[in-house]
Amino acid sequence: MHETAAAPPLISIRNLSKRFETPRGTVHAVRDVSFDIPRGSITGLVGESGSGKTTLGRALLRLIEPSDGQTFFDGIDLNTLGAGAMRAMRRRMQIIFQDPVSSLNPRMRVHEIIGEGLRAHGLGDRRKRRDMVAGLLAEVGLQPDHMSRYPHEFSGGQRQRIGIARALALEPEFIVADESVSALDVSIQAQVLNLLLEIRDKRNLTMLFIAHDLSVVEYLCDKIVVMYLGRAVEIGDAGPVYRAPAHPYTRALLSAIPIPDPERQANREILAGDIPSPLSPPSGCVFRTRCAHALETCARGEPGAHAVSANHTAFCKRIEELA
Amino acid sequence: MSASALADEPGFLEALFARRAVLVSLIVFLVILAAVILAPLIAPADPSAMSVRNRLAAPGGDYWLGADAFGRDVLSRLLYAGQVSLTIGCGVALVASVVGIVFGLVAGFFRRLDGPVSRIVDAMMAFPDILLAIALVAILGGSMINVIIALSIVYAPRIARIVRASTLVIRELPFVEAAQALGSSTGFIMINHVLRNIVSPIIVQATFIFAYAMLAEAGLSFLGVGVDPSTPTWGTMINEGRQYIDQAAFLIFFPGIAISVSVLCLQLIGDGLRDALDPRIAKEL
Repeated sequence: MHETAAAPPLISIRNLSKRFETPRGTVHAVRDVSFDIPRGSITGLVGESGSGKTTLGRALLRLIEPSDGQTFFDGIDLNTLGAGAMRAMRRRMQIIFQDPVSSLNPRMRVHEIIGEGLRAHGLGDRRKRRDMVAGLLAEVGLQPDHMSRYPHEFSGGQRQRIGIARALALEPEFIVADESVSALDVSIQAQVLNLLLEIRDKRNLTMLFIAHDLSVVEYLCDKIVVMYLGRAVEIGDAGPVYRAPAHPYTRALLSAIPIPDPERQANREILAGDIPSPLSPPSGCVFRTRCAHALETCARGEPGAHAVSANHTAFCKRIEELA
Repeated sequence: MSASALADEPGFLEALFARRAVLVSLIVFLVILAAVILAPLIAPADPSAMSVRNRLAAPGGDYWLGADAFGRDVLSRLLYAGQVSLTIGCGVALVASVVGIVFGLVAGFFRRLDGPVSRIVDAMMAFPDILLAIALVAILGGSMINVIIALSIVYAPRIARIVRASTLVIRELPFVEAAQALGSSTGFIMINHVLRNIVSPIIVQATFIFAYAMLAEAGLSFLGVGVDPSTPTWGTMINEGRQYIDQAAFLIFFPGIAISVSVLCLQLIGDGLRDALDPRIAKEL
């Protein structure tokens, strides 16, 4: 929010909204979300299922068309680009999916999967593409002679590495990792996370890491955006957000992280109830129906951005009283 | 494309031939196919050579399967007629598949075209097959090409419906979204991501259409609205033999057997393919 660093952020999201019209009414999946993703950073986007974090990731890549707002990529407003210009821009931004099974076409060989982007953008001939695929396979820790196999011949972790190689093939500057390790075993998760960190350092990538597992996000991310019911509720650098969460929702989320020490009793803030229906979100602050600190005033008017410190903002009216 | 897709199925042939009936059907059908293709070499007589002396000759002797009202050899006519019947069946299966795939992909991929295309498909499927075919042949005129066109129009909606339904499922899968994120064109996504994954159900349905088309062709020829009557088909042979049913029942018996056996084999092969290509059933076998 308050970028004071000299380099402008790679991505600036401004008032992004995505509405879905359903037979039962309008679902505001993402509502008026604004934040920046600094160059070379890994920004974590966290929230429960239904918080809109996946929709936000898709809308920012224009895999779905946003209803409102702007997404600036290196200063270019993506939502004003025509189909041809957008296709050309796709080289610079990629996505890694959650499900390592359904994200790879079962009828394509690995070299076709990883080389698809190269082919789509007319890069290299058939032989050159194969060489590039071999290099990518080595980079993600697979054998180059795996390229003639089909996805079903690989384990979940290996498939996720294929998905990462596919995203890297076009040498993008920015990658959205959508719950990219949550479908994997914990031991494999660590390997894949370390691979992502390694690649980020080597290629100076900027990433948006979407997750619901806060311990994973803490390990990986420089900056955190917490979402609840389609809205950003807290945005800040990872250190301050983890050490001193300002929004009651973030506090509850962080207190839910298991502590690997049986002697210590966790001081849990248990959230009552479920996330409300996005068809009829609560008035005012969307979190007030589950917030232990909600007052009457929380139902009236949306909570604006309240600066907690430099580079740390929370969307809560009672932030000073609760600090 | 289809061959590689089939070969990928683990244990595909084992699953296919786990049912003895499928193996037998395939062998019988291949024998029929070979006999029909090799008709010029193996037919004992010229199929149109008449011999008034031998009219309605009973099976046996020089005429293995008897002779018709003009004294023409039934076996030779059966083999040559099979060329027409199988060509029409095969042609319809191919043309209907191609047309059905195009319409199905378009309907499944472009939401705006889905309504109109699907309504046309529904309307065509509401017509009784044979009536629609008769009407179309009446409009187009009776020739082998026109019969293939007419029957393809009749059966293409079945393929289109399957392709549309499968496309709607597959286009929502993450690998299609990945292709969009990579910047692949819609045409590439349709062929390489969607079509490659629905080859199996199309092959199964095409096999059934092969069988339906042969039956429909026989029906059209029997009714006299099929191909030019001077070309023998199994349907016209039954139609011509009908008048002599009390003196020479074999005239309708042998072409009837030819149709029944071919169609039965194709149906059983189609059943077997469906079971073998469906991983859930294939495992149980």
